[in-house]
Amino acid sequence: MKHTVVRTKDIVLIALFAALMAALALFPPITIPALGVPITAQSMGVMLSGAILGAKRGGLSILLFLLLVAIGLPLLSGGRGGLGVFFGPTAGFMFGWVLGAVLIGYLHERAWATIEPFKSFLYCFLGGIVVVYAIGIPWASVNTGVSLVKVAVGSLAFIPGDMLKAGLTALAVVAIRKAFPAMHQPAA
Amino acid sequence: MSPTPSSESHAPARTRPGRSPLHRMPAGIKLLVLAAAGTGLAFTTSLWVLGGALALTGAGYAIARQPVRRLFGVIRPMIWLLVPIFLVQGFMESWILAVAIVTRIITLVALAQLVTLTTPSDTMIAVITRALTPFRVFGVHPGKVALAISLALRFLPVIGGLAQEVRDAQRARGLGHNPLALALPLLIRTLRMAGDVTDAIEARSGGDDDEDAAPARTPVPVTPRAGSAAASSPAPAPRSS
Amino acid sequence: MTTIEVTDVVKRFESFEALKGVSVTLAEKRIGVVGSNGSGKSTFARLLNGLVLPTRGSVVVDGLDTAKAGKAIRRRVGFVFQNPDNQIVFPVVEEDVAFGLKGLKLPRDERESLVDTVLSRYGLEHLRQQPAHTLSGGQKQLLAIAGALITNPACVVFDEPTTLLDLRNARMIARTIREMEQTVIVVTHDLALLNEFDRVLVFDEGRILVDDAPSAALARYVERMQ
Ligand SMILES: Nc1ncnc2c1ncn2[C@@H]1O[C@H](COP(=O)(O)OP(=O)(O)OP(=O)(O)O)[C@@H](O)[C@H]1O
Ligand SMILES: [Mg+2]
Repeated sequence: MKHTVVRTKDIVLIALFAALMAALALFPPITIPALGVPITAQSMGVMLSGAILGAKRGGLSILLFLLLVAIGLPLLSGGRGGLGVFFGPTAGFMFGWVLGAVLIGYLHERAWATIEPFKSFLYCFLGGIVVVYAIGIPWASVNTGVSLVKVAVGSLAFIPGDMLKAGLTALAVVAIRKAFPAMHQPAA
Repeated sequence: MSPTPSSESHAPARTRPGRSPLHRMPAGIKLLVLAAAGTGLAFTTSLWVLGGALALTGAGYAIARQPVRRLFGVIRPMIWLLVPIFLVQGFMESWILAVAIVTRIITLVALAQLVTLTTPSDTMIAVITRALTPFRVFGVHPGKVALAISLALRFLPVIGGLAQEVRDAQRARGLGHNPLALALPLLIRTLRMAGDVTDAIEARSGGDDDEDAAPARTPVPVTPRAGSAAASSPAPAPRSS
Repeated sequence: MTTIEVTDVVKRFESFEALKGVSVTLAEKRIGVVGSNGSGKSTFARLLNGLVLPTRGSVVVDGLDTAKAGKAIRRRVGFVFQNPDNQIVFPVVEEDVAFGLKGLKLPRDERESLVDTVLSRYGLEHLRQQPAHTLSGGQKQLLAIAGALITNPACVVFDEPTTLLDLRNARMIARTIREMEQTVIVVTHDLALLNEFDRVLVFDEGRILVDDAPSAALARYVERMQ
């Protein structure tokens, strides 16, 4: 990859999707009574950024969002922000967001021309759930000293909500592809 | 819960009142101390060490004149995690270990938050862009990172407002609870906006270039090509370097 | 004085022809552009500073071809867009105004004094430190104009600068445009804005239909719209 030059358009998309991540925190969380776990819109932003912007821009937009949180802006759902959140037990999930967005982006870029909802759902599942949990769970285990298995069991309650988000993202992505078919093509 | 106040608070925090020694300490040093504490405390379960670190952090809040209440916003959402962690550790391992682990988490979160509370965002951005300079060899361009941060700060309230507009519009149509009806228009308007913003940046700054790759360029070289002799002279030599 | 020569320009987006052969030389100080939605006005406006490059034909600004010297031309031809929200790219007023100076490597005090001058010319000096999103619509459009003028372009292209404003702010912006020293090219649906202009182009389906003095051109345009 010799062309590491980031075009103005790329910088703008990275910045706007970081801002979009923040805007998603403004949507009130939905709580499914049977689970009692609130589902926030924000982690859907990870899937959307990856799927729509691709590996590089998507990953960078999440990284930029985390940077804004780190400098103290209260942009995480619930109005949290500051360096403190990166030292808590759930920080690993946020770092997982970056890699998750990269994988989602990579998979969507390759399949953009023929993307359909099921494929997109599968990619969002792999990046937005498998990767994110694969980083978040061990992190939490190390951070808290609780065994991997127990943390994993404790995390199960969030899976249904995340599956729902992957499904919604897949539907949105297919609609976006119709409106912006050239999204993943390099500039002329 | 109206999101308006929080979209207001998305505005860049320009300054934070405070003249304590911690406010005046260079941000780079504060970040180094934080990194050292994060690494050091990770390897200890000694209640003495952890308790000492927590006491020092508390002293930091006192020196910086930051009410500890400022910390609750970050700790409170963690309670539902800290309580089960404490119980699991206590019953399965030992109550001493349970206290140690919860103390460590709270100490690090509190210390990190103290750095945030005593460092204005602008300063933090400056430190970050400076810290990125060595990464230029990997294609990281600090100027572009700074532009991305500025743009994101600028568009936080704009996209927040957009989200609000979309929500109101869909609520009026009875689609207020359909997540797709909220996400799609927001995405499409964001992508459209990206095109316009890019055009504006190019119109105002000239456009893409590899700035620092080339030596200082003369401003405004816009004299029309009068004669071929004058036009054939190369760009003026850079003053130095 | 700026001279822009547009020669036989065709602009195609994928299969759609937005401009179908446009030739015109612009040298007057006040030029208006009108036409129905989708007639190609914005595409035409963006040609003039190289934001859009012709598929065929050429656009030459004071001897420089937009396809080759886009950057130099954009310093010579400023652009003000319809929606100032998309044109203001920095969070704080004074930072945003200074954005156009970034690449110029000016000494700090010179940059400061340029910022001062342009902010006070547009009555924004008291808002210097304000976050841009707290400005009113009219103030935002003034900020957009100030940001475009800080590099002192010889010519400014406006694409519907008053469309999103209320009557009072629209009049204020119209007056600001009329009082500018620069060559001005204005795309608008607000025909009153063009009263004292030197020349008006009427676009229709990607072509220049009428090219005349304002009264004659606007009469033809209104007649055609009925
Ligand atoms: N980037 C683009 N890609 C595809 N089609 C485009 C693009 N830009 C413009 N068009 C099409 O070209 C045509 C002319 O567009 P243009 O924006 O120049 O019209 P306009 O006269 O400015 O209209 P309005 O009064 O609505 O602003 C339209 O049909 C538009 O859909
Ligand atoms: Mg237009």
